[in-house]
Parts: sequence; C-alpha cells; structure tokens
Amino acid sequence: MAAVRIPPTLRAEVGGARELDAHGSTVAEVIDDLVERYPPLAAQLLQDGELAPFVNVYLGGEDVRTRDGLETPVADGDQLILLPAMAGGS
Amino acid sequence: MAARTTAASLLDLVGSTPLVELPRLSPKPGIRVYAKLEGQNPSGSIKDRVAKAMLDAAEASGELEPGRRLLEPTSGNTGIALALAARLRGYPLTCVLPANVTAERRRLLRLYGADIVESPGEQGSNGAVRLAIELAEKDSSLFMPFQYANEANPRAHHEGTGAEIAAALDRVDVLVAGLGTGGTLMGAGDRLRESFPDVVVAAAEPLPGDEVMGLRSLEDGYVPPILDVSRLDRKLLVTNAEAVAGLRLLLEREGVLGGVSSGAVVHAALRMADELDEGVIVCVLADGGWKYLSADFWEAADVEPTMDRSVWW
Repeated sequence: MAAVRIPPTLRAEVGGARELDAHGSTVAEVIDDLVERYPPLAAQLLQDGELAPFVNVYLGGEDVRTRDGLETPVADGDQLILLPAMAGGS
Repeated sequence: MAARTTAASLLDLVGSTPLVELPRLSPKPGIRVYAKLEGQNPSGSIKDRVAKAMLDAAEASGELEPGRRLLEPTSGNTGIALALAARLRGYPLTCVLPANVTAERRRLLRLYGADIVESPGEQGSNGAVRLAIELAEKDSSLFMPFQYANEANPRAHHEGTGAEIAAALDRVDVLVAGLGTGGTLMGAGDRLRESFPDVVVAAAEPLPGDEVMGLRSLEDGYVPPILDVSRLDRKLLVTNAEAVAGLRLLLEREGVLGGVSSGAVVHAALRMADELDEGVIVCVLADGGWKYLSADFWEAADVEPTMDRSVWW
C-alpha cells in the first residue's frame, strides 16, 4: 500500500482528504485504484490513457515522467505526491 | 598585474560568471562539486542573461520599437533584470507579480524604475502569467518578452551558461539547476550534452505550499512552452525545508550566501551525489541570498510555516 498526497485542487473529488492510501505495484495501478474509488478523478488525472499534461506525479520525490512514467514500480510504504504543473522562474 | 579593462555598459558584464569548486560540500573523495555563481551578474541573478537576450532578439527582429512599453509576469528576478536592461536601453516596463513576493523584490523593481501590477498572491506565478497575458491582449501597444515561451531564453543559456561551463571543465557528469521556466535546464543542458554526451541533466523543482496552489482545477496548470520535460534526465522535488537546509550548508561550509533555489539545487546535487562514486557535479546557483533577507526562514527552527504562503522560485 502507498500513501498518495492530494493537492488542494483535487480534494473536493475525494471528500476533502489531504492524503489517501492506495494499492498497486505501479503508478498506473495506484491511480487506477484511486479512480475506481473516486471516479471524477479520472478526467483530471488521465488523458488518452496517459498522465494529463498538467498533472505531475512524484514517487519518492522524483517526477515519474523522468523515471518509467505510469509503469514506474511502487513499493509498499512508498509516498506519491500529485501536483498541478506550476509556472516558476521568478 | 591587474588587467587594464573597462566595460562600455553594465549589460556588457552579463554572463561569464565564476565557477567555483565547493570541496567542503562534496560527500565523497571522488566527487567534485562546482557552483556557477549567477548571483554575480549585474542585477544579481541569472535572469540578466535572459533579459538581455530577449531584448536583443526583439530589437533585432524589429518587434521592439524604441520607447515601446514592456510587460512581463515575474515574481522578481526576471523583472529586476528586465528593469535594468530596459532602463539602459530606454524602454518603460510594467511587471506583473504575485502580491506575496518579498518586500525587497518589490522595492528593487521600483528602484530600477519598473511599474508594478499585483496579481493575487494565492494564485502564485500562474496567476501572474494569466493576468499578464490578459493585459497584453487588451493593449497591443505593450510588448511582452514572455520568458516562458521566448526561445531567446534557452538560447541565452545554450550560448552563455552552458558554453561557459563546457569551456571551464574537462568533464561534467551531472548538471543541476532550478526548474522555473526551464530555460537554464533546456539551454545549458543541451549545450553540455554536445560536449559531454552522457551528462545527466537534473532539475530541482519546488514543492509549493498548499496556499500558493490556488488553481480551480488541474487544467489551470501551466507548462512553459519552452520546457520539454522529455529533455530532462531527472526531475527532483525539493521541499522548502530541504532548500533551506541546502542554503545553510552552502553558507556554513562554503561561505556562499545563496537564494532559495540555490539551496534546492544544492539539496538535489547531494541527492545525485548519493548515486555516484565519482564524477563532476555542476550546480547553477541562480541568485544570492540578499533579496531574501527579510524572510523568516534563515534562523527558523520550523521552516515550512514561514514559507508555505509564498512563491520562492
């Protein structure tokens, strides 16, 4: 089981939770588990079976896009963070 | 004997920043860590390179007629850099910035001659981008260099930052820079790959506090057009507390007073160093700590509550 941190923008879809536990051995499976329990998340997180462009998913503090994307393995006790893409650069 | 050189303009002193070794930060004997001190640019940050390059390009293309007003969304450094360049070249400038940036940054912008329009603080930099785009659409007399989509931004780092690092070192295994517009990572990253094909280009990215993520939905998110995440080898999230720990280490061990993103870069560099036995890591330190001195995090025991309502880089 992994812990998934939910950004403020998505909390309404998950009953206000800041963090949820989810099952899965890959990032894709973890997201599927969340979407099964909170179907409105699907439209926000996924687009054509891929992560939506404005969604970043971090595993162990690293963006899964620079690892193996949705296929990145998730171990028991891992922490995932969902974040909206933000403009930076001062 | 000292060299007999003078510069014709402050803008001629942009770039060619020092690259200094940080031996006391290296966690292993086989790892050499270097810092590119971008705070030594004329207005105090790496953004002098970008501001100068964007104005050069717009003047060369004829888009930027003499005296035309510039407009740019910026939470600080780009605005300060643009304000300096604009003043020397005779353009008025309006900056759109989130209401919650530090007082020094607002004051610096005003002193350099910029006009300020505030965007809602809780919308962070995305809010500044949105408002600037709206203003530019309403008033066609404004010229928006727009660092997020301007190819002169990564080009300045390809021809400047990256080329300077490649010329200074025989080997670079990891380049670490803060992720904002993506300009440094794209431009310097590509340039270093030309000289060192196996270089790992690693981004240090801020974990924003809940308060500054005020987007209505994820679709309000923003990915800068110049940023191609597939050209990053690593993208590491750094918390405010980790960035400040990096800052303190930088100051205590090496005497370098860095800005917040510099602390994050140091943190990410040490994380990369964990994975290596030997090699050369180059940290791009975007600015010095001077503009953050009014912030409460420097001596705070619990850093997060002092930082989670602002955008830091």
